[in-house]
Amino acid sequence: MDFGPYLMLATLEGAVLAAVLALMASGLSLVFGVMRVVNVAHGELYMLGAVFAWWVTSFVGGGPAVAFVAALIIAPLIVGALAVLADITILKRLEYDPERTIVATIGLLYIMQQVTLMTYGADARPVVPPFNTRLAIPWLEWADGGLQVFWPWGLSITSYKLFVIVAAVVVLLGIRLMMTRSRIGLLMRASQLDSETAQAFGIPVERIYALVFGIGAALAALAGVLIVPIQQAHYLMGGDALLLSFIVVIIGGLGSLGGTIVAALLIGLSDGIISVFFSPTLAKIIATILVALVLVFRPQGLFGGRAR
Amino acid sequence: MLSVESINVAYGPSQVLRELSLRVNSGEVVCLLGRNGAGKTTAMKAIMGILPLSSGKITLDGVDLGKLPGHEVARQGIGYIPQGRRLFSELTVAQNLEIGMLTRKSPPLVLDRILDIFPRLRERMDQPAQTLSGGEQQMLATARALCLEPKVLLLDEPTEGLQPSMIEAIREVIVQMRRQGVAVLLVEQRIEAVMAVADRVVFIENGRNLETLDAEGLKKDPNVLRRHLGV
Ligand SMILES: Nc1ncnc2c1ncn2[C@@H]1O[C@H](COP(=O)(O)OP(=O)(O)O)[C@@H](O)[C@H]1O
Ligand SMILES: [Mg+2]
Repeated sequence: MDFGPYLMLATLEGAVLAAVLALMASGLSLVFGVMRVVNVAHGELYMLGAVFAWWVTSFVGGGPAVAFVAALIIAPLIVGALAVLADITILKRLEYDPERTIVATIGLLYIMQQVTLMTYGADARPVVPPFNTRLAIPWLEWADGGLQVFWPWGLSITSYKLFVIVAAVVVLLGIRLMMTRSRIGLLMRASQLDSETAQAFGIPVERIYALVFGIGAALAALAGVLIVPIQQAHYLMGGDALLLSFIVVIIGGLGSLGGTIVAALLIGLSDGIISVFFSPTLAKIIATILVALVLVFRPQGLFGGRAR
Repeated sequence: MLSVESINVAYGPSQVLRELSLRVNSGEVVCLLGRNGAGKTTAMKAIMGILPLSSGKITLDGVDLGKLPGHEVARQGIGYIPQGRRLFSELTVAQNLEIGMLTRKSPPLVLDRILDIFPRLRERMDQPAQTLSGGEQQMLATARALCLEPKVLLLDEPTEGLQPSMIEAIREVIVQMRRQGVAVLLVEQRIEAVMAVADRVVFIENGRNLETLDAEGLKKDPNVLRRHLGV
Protein backbone atom coordinates (compact mmCIF):
# COMPACT_ATOMS: atom_id res chain seq x y z
CA MET A 1 0.00 0.00 0.00
CA ASP A 2 1.23 3.49 -0.81
CA PHE A 3 1.72 6.25 1.67
CA GLY A 4 -1.55 8.06 0.85
CA PRO A 5 -3.98 5.24 1.65
CA TYR A 6 -1.95 4.41 4.71
CA LEU A 7 -2.28 7.96 5.99
CA MET A 8 -6.00 7.85 5.29
CA LEU A 9 -6.37 4.69 7.37
CA ALA A 10 -4.37 6.14 10.25
CA THR A 11 -6.45 9.31 10.12
CA LEU A 12 -9.70 7.37 10.32
CA GLU A 13 -8.51 5.32 13.27
CA GLY A 14 -7.36 8.53 14.93
CA ALA A 15 -10.72 10.15 14.25
CA VAL A 16 -12.46 7.37 16.21
CA LEU A 17 -10.22 8.03 19.21
CA ALA A 18 -10.71 11.78 18.77
CA ALA A 19 -14.49 11.35 18.75
CA VAL A 20 -14.59 9.35 21.98
CA LEU A 21 -12.07 11.66 23.61
CA ALA A 22 -13.96 14.78 22.56
CA LEU A 23 -17.14 13.46 24.17
CA MET A 24 -15.44 12.53 27.39
CA ALA A 25 -13.27 15.63 27.69
CA SER A 26 -16.14 17.99 26.96
CA GLY A 27 -17.95 16.49 29.95
CA LEU A 28 -14.94 17.32 32.12
CA SER A 29 -14.64 20.75 30.57
CA LEU A 30 -18.35 21.57 30.94
CA VAL A 31 -18.25 20.70 34.64
CA PHE A 32 -15.15 22.80 35.19
CA GLY A 33 -16.46 25.64 33.06
CA VAL A 34 -19.73 26.06 34.92
CA MET A 35 -18.89 24.81 38.42
CA ARG A 36 -15.14 25.57 38.62
CA VAL A 37 -14.40 22.13 40.04
CA VAL A 38 -12.28 19.32 38.63
CA ASN A 39 -13.92 15.92 38.67
CA VAL A 40 -11.13 13.38 39.20
CA ALA A 41 -13.69 10.54 39.08
CA HIS A 42 -14.54 11.41 35.46
CA GLY A 43 -12.60 8.39 34.12
CA GLU A 44 -14.59 6.05 36.35
CA LEU A 45 -17.84 7.45 34.99
CA TYR A 46 -16.57 6.48 31.53
CA MET A 47 -15.72 3.03 32.88
CA LEU A 48 -19.19 2.74 34.44
CA GLY A 49 -20.72 3.65 31.07
CA ALA A 50 -18.83 0.77 29.47
CA VAL A 51 -19.67 -1.68 32.26
CA PHE A 52 -23.36 -0.73 32.28
CA ALA A 53 -23.33 -1.16 28.50
CA TRP A 54 -22.15 -4.72 29.04
CA TRP A 55 -24.84 -5.36 31.68
CA VAL A 56 -27.60 -3.91 29.55
CA THR A 57 -26.59 -5.71 26.36
CA SER A 58 -26.31 -9.01 28.24
CA PHE A 59 -29.80 -8.75 29.68
CA VAL A 60 -31.76 -7.12 26.89
CA GLY A 61 -32.86 -9.51 24.17
CA GLY A 62 -33.87 -8.74 20.59
CA GLY A 63 -30.50 -8.85 18.88
CA PRO A 64 -27.31 -6.80 19.17
CA ALA A 65 -28.79 -3.65 17.60
CA VAL A 66 -31.73 -3.38 20.00
CA ALA A 67 -29.55 -4.24 22.98
CA PHE A 68 -26.98 -1.65 21.99
CA VAL A 69 -29.53 1.12 21.51
CA ALA A 70 -30.89 0.26 24.96
CA ALA A 71 -27.37 0.55 26.41
CA LEU A 72 -26.82 3.84 24.60
CA ILE A 73 -29.84 5.29 26.39
CA ILE A 74 -29.84 3.51 29.75
CA ALA A 75 -26.13 3.61 30.70
CA PRO A 76 -25.69 7.43 30.40
CA LEU A 77 -28.99 7.94 32.24
CA ILE A 78 -27.95 5.72 35.18
CA VAL A 79 -24.46 7.22 35.38
CA GLY A 80 -25.87 10.75 35.07
CA ALA A 81 -28.33 10.03 37.89
CA LEU A 82 -25.53 8.64 40.08
CA ALA A 83 -23.53 11.81 39.46
CA VAL A 84 -26.48 14.04 40.37
CA LEU A 85 -26.79 12.05 43.59
CA ALA A 86 -23.07 12.50 44.31
CA ASP A 87 -23.43 16.22 43.65
CA ILE A 88 -26.35 16.67 46.02
CA THR A 89 -25.01 14.48 48.80
CA ILE A 90 -21.30 15.35 48.64
CA LEU A 91 -20.17 18.27 46.44
CA LYS A 92 -22.97 20.59 47.53
CA ARG A 93 -22.03 20.02 51.15
CA LEU A 94 -18.42 20.91 50.35
CA GLU A 95 -19.81 24.12 48.84
CA TYR A 96 -17.91 23.22 45.64
CA ASP A 97 -14.64 24.19 47.26
CA PRO A 98 -12.06 23.34 44.55
CA GLU A 99 -9.54 21.50 46.73
CA ARG A 100 -12.03 19.57 48.83
CA THR A 101 -13.88 18.57 45.66
CA ILE A 102 -10.69 17.08 44.22
CA VAL A 103 -10.19 15.00 47.37
CA ALA A 104 -13.84 13.94 47.43
CA THR A 105 -13.83 12.87 43.78
CA ILE A 106 -10.61 10.88 44.34
CA GLY A 107 -12.57 9.04 47.03
CA LEU A 108 -15.45 8.50 44.61
CA LEU A 109 -12.98 7.19 42.03
CA TYR A 110 -11.84 4.37 44.33
CA ILE A 111 -15.35 3.57 45.51
CA MET A 112 -16.64 3.20 41.95
CA GLN A 113 -13.60 1.20 40.88
CA GLN A 114 -13.72 -1.21 43.82
CA VAL A 115 -17.48 -1.69 43.71
CA THR A 116 -17.16 -2.54 40.02
CA LEU A 117 -14.38 -5.02 40.81
CA MET A 118 -16.51 -6.67 43.48
CA THR A 119 -19.63 -6.93 41.34
CA TYR A 120 -18.57 -7.06 37.71
CA GLY A 121 -15.18 -8.64 38.33
CA ALA A 122 -11.71 -8.28 36.90
CA ASP A 123 -12.47 -9.64 33.43
CA ALA A 124 -12.51 -7.57 30.30
CA ARG A 125 -15.79 -8.25 28.55
CA PRO A 126 -16.78 -7.43 24.98
CA VAL A 127 -20.01 -6.05 23.66
CA VAL A 128 -21.14 -7.08 20.20
CA PRO A 129 -21.35 -4.06 17.90
CA PRO A 130 -24.86 -3.39 16.60
CA PHE A 131 -23.50 -3.53 13.07
CA ASN A 132 -20.00 -4.06 11.83
CA THR A 133 -19.77 -4.14 8.06
CA ARG A 134 -16.34 -3.60 6.56
CA LEU A 135 -16.46 -0.66 4.24
CA ALA A 136 -13.64 -0.60 1.69
CA ILE A 137 -12.40 2.89 0.95
CA PRO A 138 -11.61 3.89 -2.60
CA TRP A 139 -8.43 5.71 -3.53
CA LEU A 140 -7.61 7.82 -6.55
CA GLU A 141 -4.47 7.34 -8.58
CA TRP A 142 -3.00 8.66 -11.79
CA ALA A 143 -2.82 5.86 -14.29
CA ASP A 144 -2.89 5.80 -18.11
CA GLY A 145 -3.04 9.60 -18.18
CA GLY A 146 -6.17 9.97 -16.05
CA LEU A 147 -7.53 9.68 -12.52
CA GLN A 148 -8.56 6.15 -11.71
CA VAL A 149 -10.44 4.83 -8.74
CA PHE A 150 -9.08 1.73 -7.12
CA TRP A 151 -9.62 -0.11 -3.84
CA PRO A 152 -6.35 -0.64 -1.99
CA TRP A 153 -6.21 -3.89 -0.10
CA GLY A 154 -6.55 -3.29 3.63
CA LEU A 155 -7.92 0.26 3.34
CA SER A 156 -11.23 -0.07 5.12
CA ILE A 157 -13.16 1.03 8.16
CA THR A 158 -16.08 -0.64 9.88
CA SER A 159 -19.53 0.86 9.73
CA TYR A 160 -19.53 0.88 13.53
CA LYS A 161 -16.46 3.10 13.72
CA LEU A 162 -18.05 5.53 11.30
CA PHE A 163 -21.12 5.51 13.52
CA VAL A 164 -19.00 6.44 16.56
CA ILE A 165 -17.63 9.46 14.72
CA VAL A 166 -21.06 10.57 13.54
CA ALA A 167 -22.62 10.01 16.97
CA ALA A 168 -19.96 12.12 18.68
CA VAL A 169 -20.41 14.94 16.19
CA VAL A 170 -24.19 14.89 16.66
CA VAL A 171 -24.01 14.83 20.46
CA LEU A 172 -21.40 17.62 20.61
CA LEU A 173 -23.46 19.77 18.26
CA GLY A 174 -26.42 19.13 20.55
CA ILE A 175 -24.45 20.25 23.60
CA ARG A 176 -23.31 23.36 21.77
CA LEU A 177 -26.89 24.20 20.76
CA MET A 178 -28.06 23.61 24.30
CA MET A 179 -25.46 26.01 25.69
CA THR A 180 -25.97 28.76 23.11
CA ARG A 181 -29.64 28.54 22.14
CA SER A 182 -31.71 27.03 24.93
CA ARG A 183 -33.09 28.62 28.07
CA ILE A 184 -31.41 26.08 30.34
CA GLY A 185 -28.12 26.86 28.56
CA LEU A 186 -28.65 30.55 29.29
CA LEU A 187 -29.17 29.78 32.98
CA MET A 188 -26.04 27.60 32.97
CA ARG A 189 -23.93 30.35 31.43
CA ALA A 190 -25.29 32.97 33.82
CA SER A 191 -24.43 30.69 36.76
CA GLN A 192 -20.98 30.17 35.26
CA LEU A 193 -20.30 33.89 34.81
CA ASP A 194 -21.51 35.05 38.24
CA SER A 195 -23.20 32.49 40.47
CA GLU A 196 -24.02 34.99 43.23
CA THR A 197 -25.80 37.42 40.91
CA ALA A 198 -27.46 34.52 39.10
CA GLN A 199 -28.99 33.40 42.38
CA ALA A 200 -30.01 36.99 43.16
CA PHE A 201 -32.06 36.83 39.95
CA GLY A 202 -33.93 33.71 40.90
CA ILE A 203 -31.71 31.12 39.21
CA PRO A 204 -31.56 27.94 41.34
CA VAL A 205 -27.80 27.68 41.00
CA GLU A 206 -27.51 24.52 43.09
CA ARG A 207 -29.95 22.69 40.84
CA ILE A 208 -28.11 23.97 37.79
CA TYR A 209 -24.86 22.59 39.23
CA ALA A 210 -26.42 19.18 39.88
CA LEU A 211 -27.73 19.12 36.32
CA VAL A 212 -24.38 20.14 34.83
CA PHE A 213 -22.56 17.50 36.88
CA GLY A 214 -25.07 14.93 35.65
CA ILE A 215 -24.68 15.97 32.01
CA GLY A 216 -20.88 15.87 32.32
CA ALA A 217 -21.09 12.36 33.74
CA ALA A 218 -23.55 11.24 31.07
CA LEU A 219 -21.11 12.43 28.38
CA ALA A 220 -18.32 10.31 29.90
CA ALA A 221 -20.68 7.33 30.14
CA LEU A 222 -21.77 7.78 26.53
CA ALA A 223 -18.13 7.74 25.46
CA GLY A 224 -17.76 4.52 27.47
CA VAL A 225 -20.76 2.90 25.78
CA LEU A 226 -19.48 3.85 22.34
CA ILE A 227 -16.01 2.42 23.00
CA VAL A 228 -16.95 -1.06 24.38
CA PRO A 229 -17.68 -2.67 21.02
CA ILE A 230 -14.14 -1.66 20.00
CA GLN A 231 -12.25 -2.02 23.27
CA GLN A 232 -14.06 -4.20 25.89
CA ALA A 233 -15.20 -3.11 29.34
CA HIS A 234 -12.73 -3.43 32.21
CA TYR A 235 -12.79 -1.99 35.72
CA LEU A 236 -9.43 -0.25 35.27
CA MET A 237 -10.15 1.36 31.90
CA GLY A 238 -10.92 4.76 33.48
CA GLY A 239 -7.34 5.67 34.35
CA ASP A 240 -5.92 6.05 30.85
CA ALA A 241 -9.10 7.74 29.68
CA LEU A 242 -8.88 10.28 32.51
CA LEU A 243 -5.25 10.99 31.68
CA LEU A 244 -6.03 11.56 28.00
CA SER A 245 -8.99 13.79 28.94
CA PHE A 246 -6.77 15.89 31.16
CA ILE A 247 -4.24 16.20 28.32
CA VAL A 248 -7.03 17.33 26.02
CA VAL A 249 -8.54 19.88 28.39
CA ILE A 250 -5.15 21.30 29.34
CA ILE A 251 -4.22 21.80 25.70
CA GLY A 252 -7.67 23.07 24.70
CA GLY A 253 -8.20 25.23 27.76
CA LEU A 254 -10.23 23.92 30.70
CA GLY A 255 -13.78 25.17 30.40
CA SER A 256 -13.64 25.97 26.68
CA LEU A 257 -15.83 23.53 24.75
CA GLY A 258 -14.51 24.60 21.36
CA GLY A 259 -10.92 24.30 22.54
CA THR A 260 -11.63 20.87 23.99
CA ILE A 261 -12.91 19.60 20.67
CA VAL A 262 -9.98 21.01 18.69
CA ALA A 263 -7.53 19.51 21.20
CA ALA A 264 -9.32 16.13 21.09
CA LEU A 265 -8.92 16.15 17.31
CA LEU A 266 -5.26 17.11 17.62
CA ILE A 267 -4.49 14.39 20.19
CA GLY A 268 -6.72 11.74 18.58
CA LEU A 269 -5.47 12.25 15.04
CA SER A 270 -1.80 12.58 15.97
CA ASP A 271 -2.11 9.49 18.14
CA GLY A 272 -3.63 7.54 15.25
CA ILE A 273 -1.11 8.73 12.69
CA ILE A 274 2.02 8.50 14.86
CA SER A 275 0.99 5.07 16.18
CA VAL A 276 0.59 3.72 12.65
CA PHE A 277 3.78 5.17 11.20
CA PHE A 278 6.05 5.07 14.24
CA SER A 279 4.93 3.67 17.57
CA PRO A 280 2.14 4.21 20.11
CA THR A 281 4.78 5.08 22.72
CA LEU A 282 6.08 7.94 20.58
CA ALA A 283 2.51 9.22 20.28
CA LYS A 284 2.21 9.32 24.08
CA ILE A 285 5.60 11.01 24.43
CA ILE A 286 4.62 13.71 21.97
CA ALA A 287 1.29 14.30 23.70
CA THR A 288 3.08 14.69 27.02
CA ILE A 289 5.62 17.12 25.57
CA LEU A 290 2.74 19.09 24.05
CA VAL A 291 1.07 19.37 27.46
CA ALA A 292 4.34 20.55 29.01
CA LEU A 293 4.78 23.17 26.30
CA VAL A 294 1.22 24.41 26.70
CA LEU A 295 1.62 24.60 30.47
CA VAL A 296 4.83 26.61 30.13
CA PHE A 297 3.88 28.97 27.32
CA ARG A 298 0.10 29.21 27.49
CA PRO A 299 -1.16 27.89 30.83
CA GLN A 300 -4.75 28.88 30.11
CA GLY A 301 -4.73 26.47 27.13
CA LEU A 302 -4.80 27.23 23.42
CA PHE A 303 -8.39 28.44 23.54
CA GLY A 304 -8.92 29.15 27.24
CA GLY A 305 -10.20 32.57 28.25
CA ARG A 306 -8.66 34.74 30.92
CA ALA A 307 -8.63 33.40 34.46
CA ARG A 308 -11.57 34.34 36.63
CA MET B 1 -42.89 46.89 53.31
CA LEU B 2 -39.36 45.60 53.69
CA SER B 3 -38.32 45.17 57.28
CA VAL B 4 -34.91 44.22 58.62
CA GLU B 5 -34.98 43.39 62.32
CA SER B 6 -31.81 43.11 64.41
CA ILE B 7 -29.80 41.07 61.96
CA ASN B 8 -26.33 39.71 62.65
CA VAL B 9 -24.26 38.68 59.65
CA ALA B 10 -20.71 37.34 59.48
CA TYR B 11 -18.24 36.29 56.83
CA GLY B 12 -16.94 33.13 58.45
CA PRO B 13 -15.52 34.19 61.82
CA SER B 14 -15.59 37.95 61.21
CA GLN B 15 -18.87 39.56 62.14
CA VAL B 16 -19.87 42.49 59.93
CA LEU B 17 -23.48 43.41 60.78
CA ARG B 18 -24.49 43.75 64.43
CA GLU B 19 -28.17 43.99 65.39
CA LEU B 20 -28.87 46.06 62.30
CA SER B 21 -32.48 47.16 61.75
CA LEU B 22 -34.16 49.22 59.07
CA ARG B 23 -37.52 49.61 57.34
CA VAL B 24 -38.52 50.67 53.86
CA ASN B 25 -42.20 51.37 53.17
CA SER B 26 -43.60 51.21 49.68
CA GLY B 27 -43.40 54.52 47.86
CA GLU B 28 -40.47 55.57 50.02
CA VAL B 29 -36.76 56.10 49.30
CA VAL B 30 -34.48 55.17 52.17
CA CYS B 31 -30.78 55.92 51.92
CA LEU B 32 -28.34 53.66 53.69
CA LEU B 33 -25.26 55.68 54.55
CA GLY B 34 -21.95 54.88 56.16
CA ARG B 35 -18.24 55.00 55.52
CA ASN B 36 -16.45 52.50 53.35
CA GLY B 37 -16.52 49.11 54.99
CA ALA B 38 -19.44 49.99 57.28
CA GLY B 39 -21.44 47.03 55.93
CA LYS B 40 -23.83 48.58 53.40
CA THR B 41 -23.15 46.05 50.65
CA THR B 42 -23.23 43.27 53.22
CA ALA B 43 -26.69 44.42 54.34
CA MET B 44 -27.96 44.27 50.75
CA LYS B 45 -26.48 40.81 50.22
CA ALA B 46 -28.14 39.64 53.42
CA ILE B 47 -31.50 40.94 52.18
CA MET B 48 -30.98 39.11 48.86
CA GLY B 49 -30.30 35.84 50.65
CA ILE B 50 -26.73 35.72 49.36
CA LEU B 51 -25.39 35.76 52.93
CA PRO B 52 -27.02 33.77 55.75
CA LEU B 53 -28.26 35.48 58.90
CA SER B 54 -26.74 34.35 62.19
CA SER B 55 -29.77 35.85 63.88
CA GLY B 56 -32.52 38.38 63.27
CA LYS B 57 -35.23 38.47 60.69
CA ILE B 58 -35.91 40.01 57.26
CA THR B 59 -39.49 40.17 56.03
CA LEU B 60 -41.19 41.50 52.92
CA ASP B 61 -44.92 42.11 53.39
CA GLY B 62 -44.90 39.55 56.17
CA VAL B 63 -42.98 36.84 54.23
CA ASP B 64 -39.89 35.69 56.12
CA LEU B 65 -37.15 35.99 53.48
CA GLY B 66 -34.50 34.37 55.68
CA LYS B 67 -36.42 31.08 55.61
CA LEU B 68 -36.52 30.92 51.81
CA PRO B 69 -33.87 29.24 49.64
CA GLY B 70 -31.57 31.91 48.15
CA HIS B 71 -33.04 31.85 44.67
CA GLU B 72 -36.58 32.36 45.97
CA VAL B 73 -35.84 35.76 47.53
CA ALA B 74 -35.76 37.74 44.29
CA ARG B 75 -38.96 36.01 43.19
CA GLN B 76 -40.77 37.73 46.05
CA GLY B 77 -40.24 40.93 44.07
CA ILE B 78 -36.84 42.32 44.97
CA GLY B 79 -34.82 43.90 42.18
CA TYR B 80 -31.11 44.15 42.97
CA ILE B 81 -28.62 46.50 41.33
CA PRO B 82 -25.34 45.33 42.83
CA GLN B 83 -22.31 47.47 43.49
CA GLY B 84 -20.04 47.31 40.42
CA ARG B 85 -23.07 46.28 38.31
CA ARG B 86 -22.21 42.56 38.16
CA LEU B 87 -23.59 42.04 34.65
CA PHE B 88 -23.32 38.65 32.97
CA SER B 89 -20.36 39.94 31.00
CA GLU B 90 -20.23 37.53 28.07
CA LEU B 91 -23.99 37.46 27.58
CA THR B 92 -25.69 39.97 25.32
CA VAL B 93 -27.85 42.85 26.49
CA ALA B 94 -30.92 40.87 25.44
CA GLN B 95 -29.80 37.80 27.40
CA ASN B 96 -29.05 39.84 30.53
CA LEU B 97 -32.54 41.30 30.32
CA GLU B 98 -34.04 37.86 29.63
CA ILE B 99 -32.64 36.65 32.95
CA GLY B 100 -34.39 39.54 34.71
CA MET B 101 -37.60 38.73 32.85
CA LEU B 102 -37.38 35.06 33.84
CA THR B 103 -36.98 35.75 37.55
CA ARG B 104 -40.71 36.27 38.06
CA LYS B 105 -41.89 35.29 34.58
CA SER B 106 -42.77 38.90 33.71
CA PRO B 107 -45.09 39.43 30.73
CA PRO B 108 -43.26 40.55 27.53
CA LEU B 109 -44.73 44.07 27.56
CA VAL B 110 -42.67 44.82 30.68
CA LEU B 111 -39.53 44.63 28.57
CA ASP B 112 -40.93 47.06 26.03
CA ARG B 113 -41.76 49.54 28.74
CA ILE B 114 -38.27 49.31 30.22
CA LEU B 115 -36.58 49.69 26.86
CA ASP B 116 -38.63 52.87 26.40
CA ILE B 117 -36.92 54.20 29.53
CA PHE B 118 -33.48 53.16 28.21
CA PRO B 119 -33.68 53.49 24.41
CA ARG B 120 -29.91 53.13 24.07
CA LEU B 121 -30.17 49.53 25.23
CA ARG B 122 -32.67 48.78 22.48
CA GLU B 123 -30.04 49.69 19.90
CA ARG B 124 -27.50 47.37 21.51
CA MET B 125 -29.57 44.26 22.21
CA ASP B 126 -27.15 41.82 20.53
CA GLN B 127 -23.98 43.34 21.95
CA PRO B 128 -22.15 41.50 24.77
CA ALA B 129 -22.62 43.36 28.06
CA GLN B 130 -18.86 43.72 28.59
CA THR B 131 -18.54 45.83 25.43
CA LEU B 132 -20.93 48.53 26.71
CA SER B 133 -19.70 51.85 28.11
CA GLY B 134 -19.85 52.35 31.88
CA GLY B 135 -23.05 54.38 31.67
CA GLU B 136 -24.71 51.83 29.41
CA GLN B 137 -23.68 49.04 31.77
CA GLN B 138 -25.36 50.85 34.64
CA MET B 139 -28.48 51.28 32.49
CA LEU B 140 -28.44 47.55 31.79
CA ALA B 141 -27.99 46.64 35.46
CA THR B 142 -30.90 48.93 36.31
CA ALA B 143 -33.07 47.63 33.48
CA ARG B 144 -32.32 44.02 34.46
CA ALA B 145 -33.61 44.71 37.98
CA LEU B 146 -36.69 46.56 36.70
CA CYS B 147 -37.53 43.57 34.49
CA LEU B 148 -38.89 41.69 37.48
CA GLU B 149 -41.42 44.44 38.25
CA PRO B 150 -40.01 44.80 41.76
CA LYS B 151 -41.89 45.73 44.89
CA VAL B 152 -38.52 46.58 46.42
CA LEU B 153 -35.52 48.00 44.58
CA LEU B 154 -32.03 47.77 46.07
CA LEU B 155 -29.44 50.08 44.51
CA ASP B 156 -25.85 49.78 45.69
CA GLU B 157 -23.85 52.87 44.69
CA PRO B 158 -25.53 53.13 41.29
CA THR B 159 -23.86 56.42 40.33
CA GLU B 160 -20.28 55.33 41.09
CA GLY B 161 -18.06 56.63 38.26
CA LEU B 162 -20.88 57.94 36.08
CA GLN B 163 -21.24 61.19 34.14
CA PRO B 164 -23.75 63.81 35.36
CA SER B 165 -26.29 63.00 32.62
CA MET B 166 -26.35 59.35 33.66
CA ILE B 167 -26.58 60.27 37.33
CA GLU B 168 -29.65 62.34 36.49
CA ALA B 169 -31.16 59.42 34.55
CA ILE B 170 -30.71 57.13 37.56
CA ARG B 171 -32.30 59.73 39.83
CA GLU B 172 -35.29 59.94 37.52
CA VAL B 173 -35.73 56.18 37.61
CA ILE B 174 -35.66 56.25 41.41
CA VAL B 175 -38.26 59.01 41.56
CA GLN B 176 -40.45 57.22 39.04
CA MET B 177 -40.25 53.98 41.02
CA ARG B 178 -41.21 55.80 44.20
CA ARG B 179 -44.23 57.26 42.42
CA GLN B 180 -45.25 53.73 41.41
CA GLY B 181 -45.17 52.63 45.03
CA VAL B 182 -41.88 50.74 44.95
CA ALA B 183 -39.87 50.61 48.17
CA VAL B 184 -36.39 51.88 47.31
CA LEU B 185 -33.29 51.21 49.38
CA LEU B 186 -30.37 53.25 48.09
CA VAL B 187 -26.70 53.20 49.02
CA GLU B 188 -25.16 56.43 47.83
CA GLN B 189 -21.95 58.28 48.68
CA ARG B 190 -22.71 61.63 47.07
CA ILE B 191 -24.44 63.95 49.50
CA GLU B 192 -26.32 66.07 46.98
CA ALA B 193 -27.73 62.90 45.39
CA VAL B 194 -28.95 61.76 48.81
CA MET B 195 -30.50 65.12 49.62
CA ALA B 196 -32.31 65.10 46.28
CA VAL B 197 -34.26 61.87 46.75
CA ALA B 198 -34.14 60.58 50.31
CA ASP B 199 -37.31 60.33 52.39
CA ARG B 200 -35.27 58.91 55.22
CA VAL B 201 -31.60 58.22 55.85
CA VAL B 202 -30.19 55.40 57.94
CA PHE B 203 -26.62 55.87 59.12
CA ILE B 204 -24.59 52.81 60.01
CA GLU B 205 -21.15 52.44 61.51
CA ASN B 206 -19.25 49.18 61.97
CA GLY B 207 -22.39 47.30 61.01
CA ARG B 208 -24.49 48.99 63.72
CA ASN B 209 -27.33 51.49 63.49
CA LEU B 210 -26.01 54.94 64.32
CA GLU B 211 -28.90 57.27 63.62
CA THR B 212 -32.05 57.43 61.49
CA LEU B 213 -33.39 60.75 60.24
CA ASP B 214 -36.29 61.75 58.00
CA ALA B 215 -35.97 64.29 55.18
CA GLU B 216 -37.15 67.12 57.44
CA GLY B 217 -34.50 66.40 60.04
CA LEU B 218 -31.88 66.18 57.32
CA LYS B 219 -32.80 69.60 55.96
CA LYS B 220 -32.68 71.14 59.40
CA ASP B 221 -29.24 69.80 60.11
CA PRO B 222 -27.36 69.08 56.85
CA ASN B 223 -24.10 68.89 58.76
CA VAL B 224 -25.12 65.54 60.19
CA LEU B 225 -24.16 63.99 56.86
CA ARG B 226 -20.69 65.42 57.02
CA ARG B 227 -20.32 64.45 60.64
CA HIS B 228 -21.30 60.82 60.13
CA LEU B 229 -19.60 60.28 56.81
CA GLY B 230 -16.48 62.24 57.60
CA VAL B 231 -16.44 64.09 54.31
N1 LIG C 1 -16.23 38.39 51.11
C1 LIG C 1 -15.83 38.94 52.28
N2 LIG C 1 -15.16 38.20 53.18
C2 LIG C 1 -14.76 38.74 54.36
N3 LIG C 1 -14.99 39.99 54.72
C3 LIG C 1 -15.67 40.80 53.88
C4 LIG C 1 -16.12 40.30 52.60
N4 LIG C 1 -16.75 41.31 51.96
C5 LIG C 1 -16.69 42.38 52.81
N5 LIG C 1 -16.05 42.07 53.94
C6 LIG C 1 -15.82 42.97 55.08
O1 LIG C 1 -17.06 43.38 55.57
C7 LIG C 1 -17.03 44.74 55.93
C8 LIG C 1 -18.17 45.47 55.25
O2 LIG C 1 -18.00 45.46 53.86
P1 LIG C 1 -19.07 46.05 52.88
O3 LIG C 1 -20.41 45.57 53.25
O4 LIG C 1 -18.62 45.77 51.49
O5 LIG C 1 -18.93 47.60 53.18
P2 LIG C 1 -19.55 48.86 52.41
O6 LIG C 1 -20.40 48.36 51.30
O7 LIG C 1 -20.31 49.59 53.46
O8 LIG C 1 -18.39 49.66 51.93
C9 LIG C 1 -15.67 45.26 55.55
O9 LIG C 1 -14.88 45.32 56.72
C10 LIG C 1 -15.12 44.23 54.61
O10 LIG C 1 -13.72 44.12 54.77
MG1 LIG D 1 -20.21 48.62 49.26
